[in-house]
Amino acid sequence: MKRILALVLALCMVFALAACGGTTETQAPATDAPSTDAPATDAPETGAPATEAPATGDNVVKIGVFEPSTGDSASGGKKEMLGMQYANAETPTVEVGGVTYDVELVFADNGSTTDKAPSAASQLVSEGVSLVLGSYGSGVSMAGGPIFGDAGLAAIGVTCTNPNVTAGNDYYFRICFLDNFQADVLANFAMDKFDAQVAYCLGENGNEYDQGLIAFFEQIFTAAGGTVIKDSFPTNNSDFTSYLNKAVNEGADVIFTPVSIAYATQILTQAASLGVEAPFLGSDTLDDNMVLEAVNGTDIQLYVSTFYQEGGNAEFDAGIKEYINSNADALANNGGNDIISAVTAMGYDAYYVALEAIKAAGSVEPSAIKEALWNVTYTGVSGDIAFEPVNGDAIRDTAFIKTADTATGAWVLETVQTGSSTTAE
Amino acid sequence: MEYAISVLLSGISVGGQYALIAIGYTMVYGILRLINFAHGDVFMVAGLMGIYFTASMPLYLSLPLVIILTVVLGFVIERVAYKPLRSAPRMSVMISAIGVSYLLQNTATYITGGQPMTYPVIPFLSDTVNVAGTLTKWVVILTPILVIVLVLALTQLINRTKIGMAMRAVAKDFETSQLMGIKINSVISMTFIIGSALAAVGSILYFTNYQSIVPTAGAMPGLKAFVAAVFGGIGSVPGAVIGAFIIGICETVIKGLPSAWDVSVFSDAFTFALLIVILVFKPTGLFGEKATDKV
Amino acid sequence: MLQQEKSKKGSFIALICIAALLALVVLVENLGALVPNLPSVLRPTSQLFIVLKKGAVYSLVAVSMNLLNGFTGLFSLGQAGFMLLGAYTYAILTVPMANKDQVYYLFGGSAVKFSLQELFGGLFGNTGVGGAVSLVLGVLVALILAGLVAAFFAWLIGLPVLRLKSDYLAIATLGFAEILRAIFQWQKLGPVTNGANMIKSFPTFSSFNVQNADGEVVLRLSTFVPFLVAVVCIAVIVLLITSSYGRAFKAIREDEIAAEAMGINLAKHKSLSFCISSFFAGVGGALFAMYATNAQAKAFTSTMTYEILLIVVIGGIGSISGSCIATFLYVACSEWWLRFLDTPVILDSGFQIPLLRDGFRMVVFSIIIMIVVLFFRKGIMGEKELPDLFRKRKKKAAPAAAAGEEGSSNG
Repeated sequence: MKRILALVLALCMVFALAACGGTTETQAPATDAPSTDAPATDAPETGAPATEAPATGDNVVKIGVFEPSTGDSASGGKKEMLGMQYANAETPTVEVGGVTYDVELVFADNGSTTDKAPSAASQLVSEGVSLVLGSYGSGVSMAGGPIFGDAGLAAIGVTCTNPNVTAGNDYYFRICFLDNFQADVLANFAMDKFDAQVAYCLGENGNEYDQGLIAFFEQIFTAAGGTVIKDSFPTNNSDFTSYLNKAVNEGADVIFTPVSIAYATQILTQAASLGVEAPFLGSDTLDDNMVLEAVNGTDIQLYVSTFYQEGGNAEFDAGIKEYINSNADALANNGGNDIISAVTAMGYDAYYVALEAIKAAGSVEPSAIKEALWNVTYTGVSGDIAFEPVNGDAIRDTAFIKTADTATGAWVLETVQTGSSTTAE
Repeated sequence: MEYAISVLLSGISVGGQYALIAIGYTMVYGILRLINFAHGDVFMVAGLMGIYFTASMPLYLSLPLVIILTVVLGFVIERVAYKPLRSAPRMSVMISAIGVSYLLQNTATYITGGQPMTYPVIPFLSDTVNVAGTLTKWVVILTPILVIVLVLALTQLINRTKIGMAMRAVAKDFETSQLMGIKINSVISMTFIIGSALAAVGSILYFTNYQSIVPTAGAMPGLKAFVAAVFGGIGSVPGAVIGAFIIGICETVIKGLPSAWDVSVFSDAFTFALLIVILVFKPTGLFGEKATDKV
Repeated sequence: MLQQEKSKKGSFIALICIAALLALVVLVENLGALVPNLPSVLRPTSQLFIVLKKGAVYSLVAVSMNLLNGFTGLFSLGQAGFMLLGAYTYAILTVPMANKDQVYYLFGGSAVKFSLQELFGGLFGNTGVGGAVSLVLGVLVALILAGLVAAFFAWLIGLPVLRLKSDYLAIATLGFAEILRAIFQWQKLGPVTNGANMIKSFPTFSSFNVQNADGEVVLRLSTFVPFLVAVVCIAVIVLLITSSYGRAFKAIREDEIAAEAMGINLAKHKSLSFCISSFFAGVGGALFAMYATNAQAKAFTSTMTYEILLIVVIGGIGSISGSCIATFLYVACSEWWLRFLDTPVILDSGFQIPLLRDGFRMVVFSIIIMIVVLFFRKGIMGEKELPDLFRKRKKKAAPAAAAGEEGSSNG
């Protein structure tokens, strides 16, 4: 009996393998169908070859969205996707060589982990996208990058700030500033605003984002004559009181915490109950309404560097707020309120940069789009976007620094700061 | 001095929270010889329930409801995932426990949408208090006291009541106690009920202090509580509590060491190193009974 | 005598099957170049190949875990730690000199001032056939070193912990893996391990695709390479299991005390099994780094160990072929077939199919696992191997003979 069962299961696997070739085939058109306006010409029946030809002839251009919707970075990833979805709702078509194409976003969840990222990337590749947007989080971008590179797909990093995302990968571009620039801005801000001499830096052990920012911050801060005290906490840590007490004990003038959202809320709420008086400096990840909520009604001073400040573009602000409020899912993904995160604005800009690239290429061929991307310039809600010619990083020389108004629960623009050194190495 | 007090204070509070989880581990292990990997996740689920219920009803309703539903969850897990495997090898039960843990985490991810959730502020517990110049929350002071009260009650239950006697009998010899007419299944269910109730209480205290909950929030405290249980001698309730306090304090002290040494990253690693050392030199822990293998 | 002849014939058949499998892999991967208008599932960009690569890597790790958990009865949860050792050893030794400054940008270059394939490149040349030879040799040596480093650490940690009983051993090895992860993430070791940053830009599976002078890929071997390595390693494990060592391992699994009474040196055999298992886990870790195109300690968590353990259980504890089949099923389900569960589907009528949204895939997946664990306790194969299934078929004709055979073939 058992061995019959085993054999049946083994056979099932073989059939499933064969059958699933078919299912994934039929899947693609199934999701296409509702979004296309008039598929009257040749409605994709079933079977593989039929769907092959329309992939380019059906006037649909697919843009891959490579973002985490589960795992540690899900919160940020979803906010970034929100910007793209809104942009897609606003401008659902693109004109290529006189033909109107429908733009379809194809989502793949990279699960915030580097071991799931390659297969998510290959899902996008196999669905035949023309280029890719994402991801929130540099690690997954670096893990997915080679897959896009092998397939000849261009990818536009939206808020992945690690230098190694684009370095050594011809196909990865990005529209945001880099870690070293951000650290530079924050270090200078700490010196200018608070006359800080001692900075306490706290990051997650083994997280390239945290540690990279801290390393650059230390370089610049010590070069300017300051002292840096560094600590790292283990993954999944939740008790930060020892670290915060230490920071106070060692007389830190500022506390720099470039950590992910969940840790940031932990650190800030614990700091509030400990009555920490030193101001907190955060990186772009802290520009999130969950963080804002955590400091609301406390005495914490929080300053974050970011890509966009609400109020920068009234039309976009109004539009996205309406979009968020009219859609329950979007509202949930934005953490239950309509405060605009900078990553949402960046996602919005990234979508339009992608459209510009498609227009400039005059084709939906990935290779043509990749070549066109180098010369794309676009003025988005987060500022002017252009790519420098070596690595494909954005040419950016300004960052917004905003502070949390703990009485009203809103972000307030503190200053627009430019770095002391050049943007990219 | 102030600094030393503040470190010690948070150490005791962390230890108290581990203790509440560790009791669940040590009781289940004592009876079933099973590392209940899902226990930490039950703790996390209790935290999430706390968030969802307080959003829709007042505290005096929601907190008891959290405890009741956590107990139900623990009971159901035992009945569905462990009871059918009673006669199976120990490895299969442990794998089943890992499976349950996986399921709870994934379901939590699905329901929360992967967003970190913020635990509500509970009046009084969340208020701050000044202890020898250090500000802290009331919950930090109350946790160890509550733990000691609960442990005293629990030892009374184990030593004085009929069900407690049955538990001890089952822990001593599974099969003989069955022959003596002890309803094994109800004893085991009772163990899971007590363990889950303590985990629920623990979750209220823990997440009042550390307000952010992610689906993996239970994994690390769970693992460390288990280490605490082993450290104290698995199967012994006072042992688990003492082990938990020792580990909690060691951990915060390591985190509080000067940054120049750069060793604070090893606070978790230290816990595990301690575990390996204990297992090698005194496998039965501080208070465990010497077990002999029968051929 | 008869038995021996039979097994010779059996291994011959097995060899042919394996060779056929490897040939098939090469063929399928290169079908795109030979046949135009392929269904997209067979094109080089298909997810099929990513699943096959990951499946090959994981099946090696799963089999190595099975050797320890299924055949020796040592319940270890340290697999991710040994994979981490392998992955980092491989990555550190093979990052080309030209890329070191970029990869180790926070530390001003690496403390390891060579890369293996370039050392061989000095002997055989760096271009053309010589380049290919030095690449293959460099990767091969790095893979073996990856295994050796993992095995060495296994030996070291095995000295104290292998004396522990089942679940204590599990938790001790789990703890060991966590300690390793913390050490590799330590910024102070940055010049070697790159701290929190990932090590990348080393040779990966795609490096083995043969290119012509214009840089076009003429022969794809990127799926073949992990298959080849995995098959060779698994074959070695199978040979080991069928040897007298393997029988000693099984004896320890069945009853330690009886095994000791039979004259089996417990400490030696346990340590041997632990080291060998870790060796292959290390090789598997190196392959995993090649698959993921990076090595970063963050990926090697206890979740990964649990994943592999679940694969072993689904396949059947004590069955090599079961582990392999289960790996491919598991990887394909989680990375490919069930992905549609994550996307909300709105039908033409405007009806949204309930439940389908982010994260649902993993919920369904964990429910399937629980069903297997609870209701199909023996897994897909139990303790049997694929050839057993065919053998049994013939036996049906002569049930009397079968009864005797069954005992000997499974005992």
